[in-house]
Amino acid sequence: MDMIPAALEVLWRWDVALALLAGSIGGVAIGAIPGVGPAVAIAILLPATFSMDPIVGLTLLLGIYGSSMYGGAIPAILINTPGTAVNALTTYDGYPMTQRGEARRALSLAYSASFVGGIVSVVCLIFLSPVLARIAPMFGSREIFLAALLGIILVVVAHRGQMLIAAALAGFGIFLSTVGLEPAAYTRRYTFEQSWLAGGVDLIVVVLGLFALSQAFVLMTMDDEKIRLPRARGSLLQGFRELARHPRVAAVSSGFGVLMGMIPGVGEFTAQFMSYTSARKLSKTPQSFGNGSSEGLIASETANNAVPAAAMIPLLALGIPGEALTAMMLSVFYVHNVVPGPGLFQNDMPFVVALYIALLVLNLLVLVFLLISTGWLVHLTRIPNRFLGMCILLLSFVGVFSIRNSAVDCLIAGAFGLLGFVLKRLNLPIVPIILGMVLGGIMEVKLRTSLARIREPLDFIDRPIAFILFCMIVVILGSTLWRVWRDWRKPDRRTPQKKAVHQFNKRIAGRTARHFDNRVKKQRRRRFYDHVGS
Amino acid sequence: MGKSDLFDIKTRLSGQVIFVIASFAVSLGLLSQIGSQTEWSDSARTIAAQPRFWPAVALGLMVAGFGLRWRLMRRRRPDRRDWLEAKRWVEPLEYYGWFILFVLAVPRLGFLPMSLVMACALTWRLGYRSKGALALAALFAVSVTVTFKGFLGVNIPGGQIYELLPASVRTFFMVYL
Repeated sequence: MDMIPAALEVLWRWDVALALLAGSIGGVAIGAIPGVGPAVAIAILLPATFSMDPIVGLTLLLGIYGSSMYGGAIPAILINTPGTAVNALTTYDGYPMTQRGEARRALSLAYSASFVGGIVSVVCLIFLSPVLARIAPMFGSREIFLAALLGIILVVVAHRGQMLIAAALAGFGIFLSTVGLEPAAYTRRYTFEQSWLAGGVDLIVVVLGLFALSQAFVLMTMDDEKIRLPRARGSLLQGFRELARHPRVAAVSSGFGVLMGMIPGVGEFTAQFMSYTSARKLSKTPQSFGNGSSEGLIASETANNAVPAAAMIPLLALGIPGEALTAMMLSVFYVHNVVPGPGLFQNDMPFVVALYIALLVLNLLVLVFLLISTGWLVHLTRIPNRFLGMCILLLSFVGVFSIRNSAVDCLIAGAFGLLGFVLKRLNLPIVPIILGMVLGGIMEVKLRTSLARIREPLDFIDRPIAFILFCMIVVILGSTLWRVWRDWRKPDRRTPQKKAVHQFNKRIAGRTARHFDNRVKKQRRRRFYDHVGS
Repeated sequence: MGKSDLFDIKTRLSGQVIFVIASFAVSLGLLSQIGSQTEWSDSARTIAAQPRFWPAVALGLMVAGFGLRWRLMRRRRPDRRDWLEAKRWVEPLEYYGWFILFVLAVPRLGFLPMSLVMACALTWRLGYRSKGALALAALFAVSVTVTFKGFLGVNIPGGQIYELLPASVRTFFMVYL
């Protein structure tokens, strides 16, 4: 408890207060504009925060990170377009409520659920901090290596249906981290005798290209949409009363958010999907999920807002970012020579507690701001796509060029922007590249240090935390391989014509008449439905 | 809507085979260069200390991932739909060109003037040709310059053109605009 006055002293500055205000208001506004999202905003602002104090820069970025999901619920509920990617599930129940004329109720529920998720996670973290301070020093090189490896594996496994490509893209990220001068023997790797590659590929340049420039390209090459905003009536406070009637859903979803946020590589998507499915299982009216269920809305919004604070745990305690946004924040720490990891919890606990308190204040600020300004925030959804693309392109220049005034950086960022554009068109994941790049560097250093200190291979897991992490990796890999093997089906490579012939032959084999009977019945039925539909 | 529907990610299939083949080819090309682009150190005490180890792991993962994905794809050869999608990937090249022009022009012509020109010209190009849209673009350019260069002090050099200004305002323009 004696940490709190020291933490308040860290926060009690006008520039921190300004950063908190700008971050929270800016984050909500950014979240409310579909097509921008916190990743783009943080990528653009990142170089600007390098000239600030670490606490000011991090408060600003945390403000955007923590508040954008509040704002993202507005277009998800009103126009069926999630403001940020993690608000996708909010559309399932939020938009049907709007269609029923209950837009204010849905917005109010989303705000209150987000607020509860945010506050619960910060309170959990404040109480967890002493435990973390005790556990963090137990993480040596091999534990950090295993945790980073676990993060990479989890981010690949989380992309179901795209695991092979996610693994390949994570490999691409690791490869990017190896380009340039190697840190131990100072030999060149994949520089192709080019001096501009000797320093390696800058993480911020890649982040700006993959997130900001690619989004600008996507927006500028798409058509504008006509948006009709529905009329909303009622009080924005009614959601708090309704939320009080579903304490179990809010508690379980907050729990999922905190737990999933703490595990590197998992993040908001898994948290909200798990809380949504568990809320549906626990509900007395599971059939209403997806059709405007208040419980569904509470589950998804509570879970995704509980993640940002929890995602700071692996970052602060171990120096391992769990997803792209915390990976960007890691670079702010490094720029200011603040090394996140076990030492931070031991030596600079007031700084850590100050960040948690900042998150607490942030949630309050955002809620008050939303209650006052929802009326005009909804108009942000009307900004035309291509105009928005132009704005992001201009801002991306500020981000890339201000790092070291290098035109080569801008060329590289543009090339990554084109790659990001293709990945976004194909709906392939970008996050594995960023995590591969950050965690790849960490894994290289930690594996080298830890292997130098052991004699037998089994010595690598002879410490309790290393053994637990190793077992987790084995279980996750084993269960994933088992699931892939169980669901395995040979790909059907026949042409549609061949498939039709095969189906026809199968059906008429020995029962020709019945096949034609069925077909006639089907046609009649279809005609009947067509008639009803018209 | 089943549980698996919530978790599974819907990928666009058109064009994917081209992307996977191209990525596989690049990965193989990079892996084939590992002998010349990385060194084998005799003084390294463990395999992890070899400069070649992590590039090999990364490129192995890329080759295996893209290769297996290609192997398991329903269509392993690109058809008309794939090439149509690939044509869309060329569209942003125009805006990439705009971006690079802007990058090259700012150190010479200054951040504020170039931001104004770029924002208005690009807005015009994107089809918003009303006075209101152009005024909004100009306002946005000015606010970006004032916020980032003037207020936050980000590191963007003053344009060479500012040298032509009278000494009384030159420093102000150099530092803040």
